[in-house]
Amino acid sequence: MEGTPVVITLKVNGKQMNADVDPATPLLWVLRETLGLTGTKYGCGMAQCGACTVHLNGEAIRSCVKRVADAAGKEITTIEGLSPDLSHPLQKAWMEIDVPQCGYCQSGQIMSAAVLLAENSNPTDTDIDEGMTGNICRCGTYSRIRQAIHRAAEIKAGGAK
Amino acid sequence: MSATVLRRRDFIKTGAAVGGGLLVSLYLPQLAHAGVSANTPQLVQPNSFAPNAFIRIATDDTVTIIVNKSEMGQGVYTSLPMLVAEELEADWTRIKVESAPVDAAYNHPSFGIQMTGGSTSTASEWERLRKAGATGRVMLIAAAAQNWKVEPQSLHAANGFVIDATGNRRASFGSLAKMAATLTPPKDVPLKDPKDFKLIGKPTRRLDTPAKVNGSAQFGLDVQIPGMMTAMVARPPVFGGKVRSLNAEKAKAVAGVKDVVQVPSGVAVIANGFWPAKLGRERLEVTWDDGPNKDLSTVGMREQYATLAKTPGLVARKVGDPAKALAGAAKTITAEYEVPYLAHAMMEPLNCVVDLRAGSCEIWTGTQFQTVDRMAAAATAGLKPEQVQIHTTLLGGGFGRRANPASDFVIEAVQVAKAAKVPVKVVWTREDDIRGGWYRPMWYDRMVGGVDAAGNPVAWTHTIVGQSIMQGTMFEQFGIKNGIDGSSVEGAADLLYAIPNLQVDLHTPKIGVPVQWWRSVGHSHNGFAVEAFFDELAHAGGKDPYELRRTLLANQPRMRAVLDLVAEKANWGKPLPAGVGRGIATHFSFDSYVAQVAEVSVDKNGMVRVHRMVCAVDCGRVINPDSVKAQMEGGIIF
Repeated sequence: MEGTPVVITLKVNGKQMNADVDPATPLLWVLRETLGLTGTKYGCGMAQCGACTVHLNGEAIRSCVKRVADAAGKEITTIEGLSPDLSHPLQKAWMEIDVPQCGYCQSGQIMSAAVLLAENSNPTDTDIDEGMTGNICRCGTYSRIRQAIHRAAEIKAGGAK
Repeated sequence: MSATVLRRRDFIKTGAAVGGGLLVSLYLPQLAHAGVSANTPQLVQPNSFAPNAFIRIATDDTVTIIVNKSEMGQGVYTSLPMLVAEELEADWTRIKVESAPVDAAYNHPSFGIQMTGGSTSTASEWERLRKAGATGRVMLIAAAAQNWKVEPQSLHAANGFVIDATGNRRASFGSLAKMAATLTPPKDVPLKDPKDFKLIGKPTRRLDTPAKVNGSAQFGLDVQIPGMMTAMVARPPVFGGKVRSLNAEKAKAVAGVKDVVQVPSGVAVIANGFWPAKLGRERLEVTWDDGPNKDLSTVGMREQYATLAKTPGLVARKVGDPAKALAGAAKTITAEYEVPYLAHAMMEPLNCVVDLRAGSCEIWTGTQFQTVDRMAAAATAGLKPEQVQIHTTLLGGGFGRRANPASDFVIEAVQVAKAAKVPVKVVWTREDDIRGGWYRPMWYDRMVGGVDAAGNPVAWTHTIVGQSIMQGTMFEQFGIKNGIDGSSVEGAADLLYAIPNLQVDLHTPKIGVPVQWWRSVGHSHNGFAVEAFFDELAHAGGKDPYELRRTLLANQPRMRAVLDLVAEKANWGKPLPAGVGRGIATHFSFDSYVAQVAEVSVDKNGMVRVHRMVCAVDCGRVINPDSVKAQMEGGIIF
């Protein structure tokens, strides 16, 4: 039968979790529907908008096109696992600058930015534009996202203003 | 303190200007309990004080503000609470926000229904919400006065406390809640002198940001209720099409697919999640009857529109004698502008959760149109409106799509729930959303202008061709006058530039593509055509586009002021790097005056690059300056 479920063990935000799902299911839907982690969003289902971005072994991936079976055994981090208390430099910067409008894309924006900052602790505008190009915001918060990534880099480096 | 109960009528202006009989008839039964209806149990809670439908103060000092507008990014979950908190003298750090249930108490003061749209939220709630806050403050002060056996005039409120004249005796709002709840709301309340505002006009952090950076913010698509199934609907490939035949065997063979049901809009696959629902839908074998629109094509419509544009339509505005002025002009130019159908394409695709039971229907969705959706859901379910409850979640973008005049996504979800006999979440994929219609219409504009020997514009004609968004909706009777849909010509017929001979006219072809309002409505296309053509005319007359605008706005001081400001800040007239040019534009819409300057280059492949935008806005009274800034930043991009 098409779509027959099997038990897949995932490591999400540091916790082992079992999901009884069709192994071809995109990771996005397992996170959202099976594990109840709805912070990761569905925007397009074809890796075009970035709303579903999560970390897989520290790399930013589009969970809407990642088969859950291919994520088994790897470290998965979602927006819920970024920090327990809004203390991640990106979350601080996002709040300081009030980046979100509708907010729907922001989980994906922050998860992409987290990898960008991990790889480049002091990105230029061009680095940010290139690194964030796969994340769409319909409200048009791009200039604040850029500003907030610079600010997060400062906070990470010691909070200098 | 007055013993007169505050009547809801005092809050609601019945809006003769726009409401009219039709909308008044949408008013729902009202039950008076200090402004709160009995069918809104969330407001009537033990150990709390609810002076009206907008405020609930708990004994733990929490102040909950019930917001009757949908938060879709525009910041109403912050700016509207600011209005209440300002007059209530609440402690801003203890403010919580809840979305309002559907109730006449929350109706738009001029439109007569509960809705968010028309760029009206802050302006229309400006007085009502401040009065709501002031009412709460007066009652809390009255409670303290009774406790302390002093005259209320000797007391004042600040930062969540009532304080006596000495400043030594203080009582928190929470400690006064029970006593205040026994008092009768005053009939009228004084409002602050704006010079005493502590919150209004000050940059204030959004209350919804923390939940939007840790994944906890709940949008419609995030709602899960017990026993809920996910439904996906196969809709016809042509607007107005119908199912001719269906074979659901292969769809039902997908693990997780529970049922396949037919609904008026198509075929719904009911499954235990998004993925099986999608797989199941892909396996459906449906043949469609394409219906009356099967031969409709963009090419055909374009030809029809271009032909129409060559003849004048119904006149929306006429000044002087444009035909004569054009005939006598030293130079005339003609330009045509076309813009396509546009989907709203909110980041969060449409979705709607429905739990339909005998005698009740509970709905969770991000809607901008609570009253309309509730009536539509009730009619579909065979219930009374008061048997339908709508929980308004956060909206992952709205832009008008979630205020559907036909309640399309809500009605369909109720139909699916009815057919499937289980609680359902109907989910639209991105493709469904883009193909689903209700677009900003396609428009075709033809403009002719003339300048005199000195290069000054002497004539301007503008023929607009496009579908009406009001036709056939409940807004038709006040939206369409003498055959002209006001939204089709807004931003064109109300041109602020003083051109002595002017005509704006309209053709309204009937086309089978569903259309509706889209962010900024008619201004989205008319602003483009008008400002682009104005530049052509300035060029034809050898005039600087800023100076010419300035001259023709001599009697428009507010627009002239933003124009001057933007020109100054953008260094208008100063040199730019080779290959980079500047463009300037103004636009008046929804009582706001805006001017912008763009620095743009075009490479040899025709690729346009925007290097810098400068924007000046005069929107009148500002509640939260940072929200205005965010709206303008976003508006520049979309």
